[in-house]
Amino acid sequence: MKQKNWKELPHAGTILEAGNADTYKTGSWRTFKPRWIEENCIQCLFCWIYCPDTAVVVKDEKMTGFDYDHCKGCGVCAMECPGKKGNKAIVMEEEGK
Amino acid sequence: MAVATKIVAVDGNTAVAEALRQLNPDVMPAYPITPSTGIMQSFTSFVSNGKVDTEVILVESEHSAMSAAIGASAAGGRVATATSSQGMALMWEMLHIASGYRLPILMALVNRALSAPLNIHGDHSDGMGMRDCGWIQLFSENAQEAYDNTIMAYRIAEHKDVRLPIAVNMDGFIISHSIESMQFIADDDVKKFAGEYIAMDPLLDLDHPKSIGALVLPDYYMEHKRVQHEAMLHVKKVVADVSAEFAKLFGRKYELFESYRLDDAEVVIVALNSAAGTIKDEVDRYREKGVKAGLLKPRLFRPFPYEEVGAALKNAKAVCVMDRADSFGGFGPLHMEIASALYPHRQGPVLFNKIYGLGGRDLMPADVDQVIDETIEVAKTGKVKLAKEYITVRN
Repeated sequence: MKQKNWKELPHAGTILEAGNADTYKTGSWRTFKPRWIEENCIQCLFCWIYCPDTAVVVKDEKMTGFDYDHCKGCGVCAMECPGKKGNKAIVMEEEGK
Repeated sequence: MAVATKIVAVDGNTAVAEALRQLNPDVMPAYPITPSTGIMQSFTSFVSNGKVDTEVILVESEHSAMSAAIGASAAGGRVATATSSQGMALMWEMLHIASGYRLPILMALVNRALSAPLNIHGDHSDGMGMRDCGWIQLFSENAQEAYDNTIMAYRIAEHKDVRLPIAVNMDGFIISHSIESMQFIADDDVKKFAGEYIAMDPLLDLDHPKSIGALVLPDYYMEHKRVQHEAMLHVKKVVADVSAEFAKLFGRKYELFESYRLDDAEVVIVALNSAAGTIKDEVDRYREKGVKAGLLKPRLFRPFPYEEVGAALKNAKAVCVMDRADSFGGFGPLHMEIASALYPHRQGPVLFNKIYGLGGRDLMPADVDQVIDETIEVAKTGKVKLAKEYITVRN
């Protein structure tokens, strides 16, 4: 994307378009990536509640996976995941491995 | 001249409070502090007596006062506050945010010394402390100028090419608490002159939700600052235009700076605010003795009109800049501006700096005479003994 010059900036840097953070991809900030293991998931949605972004994709009240364009890899979901019988439904894996 | 104006005897605080009553801001957050307290005292009585529609927010600190001013201004209101000294110092962090958000907030700054030692009297260390905060700064010699500058302030700050916060300075106690005769403009004429405020992108426009104050990283920060610089470049013309319109309507003429007997002056004093009154008297006395003395009194300090000031001073033989604030280890802040203004005229006058009046120390006519005498000597010899020195200090 071509960067704007100073004459093209909106007045006072105000963001006039509501909700445009959605178009700002932050997935590349990640060093660790959450992996969902569906057979261990009890659909408690703790991951969805605790995610500080909106990177847990829920459809029809069910966890369906991650939005990797916005997940920054903080690992809170994996930490909070109770899993099933001691087996986590979310694990963090190093990027690029 | 369009209107007759009323002559009254009031102190500086009352004059500025009257201007604020006539301007009728939407919101006025404040944490009153000496010597600006009189402004809020008068203004809150206007609120209690139903003479303004303003919502006064009494907060728990000046930091909160400026924060509330920023919030109210971003919401879309016309906003003012008043403060002095430590109060302005506590606002300092928020002053940058007001200018960065391009909010045309009006501050009445009644100049007072900064601690330590603790002191409540007038000097310019507070005003100079906000020099780099991105605010427009107007200085006022007396109650009349403080009133007139306040009446003009929103027109300057809210201009579409500017949209920056503005501070109107006057000297604590010397002006804020001294009664002078001056003229008030009729309420209707002020209202007409100030006009309706049109907010840009107000947050309370709920049909158009928006965000202000987003994080900006190295890829864009400088572009935002360049825009602020550009807005400041437009201020000079707007101040000149608004002042010309003011002069046409109300008869009192203001420039970017006042030139007092300056045209053919060889010996020139530069000083801000109330000291200019005393210096004008002494310039007159020296003129009667045949000395070509003159005074340059800056009115617009930020942005500083370097080209115009340089042109006005370049033909003098010696210039003494009198600072009512010190930048310890440097020259006085006004001196630095004058030196910058004269740099393109390096064959111009010899320049030196006197620090006076700190913490409300009196500047008497005899003290000014001493400065003029030394300036005459410097003009004759072309030599300066000490480039910077304190006056009226016990040795």
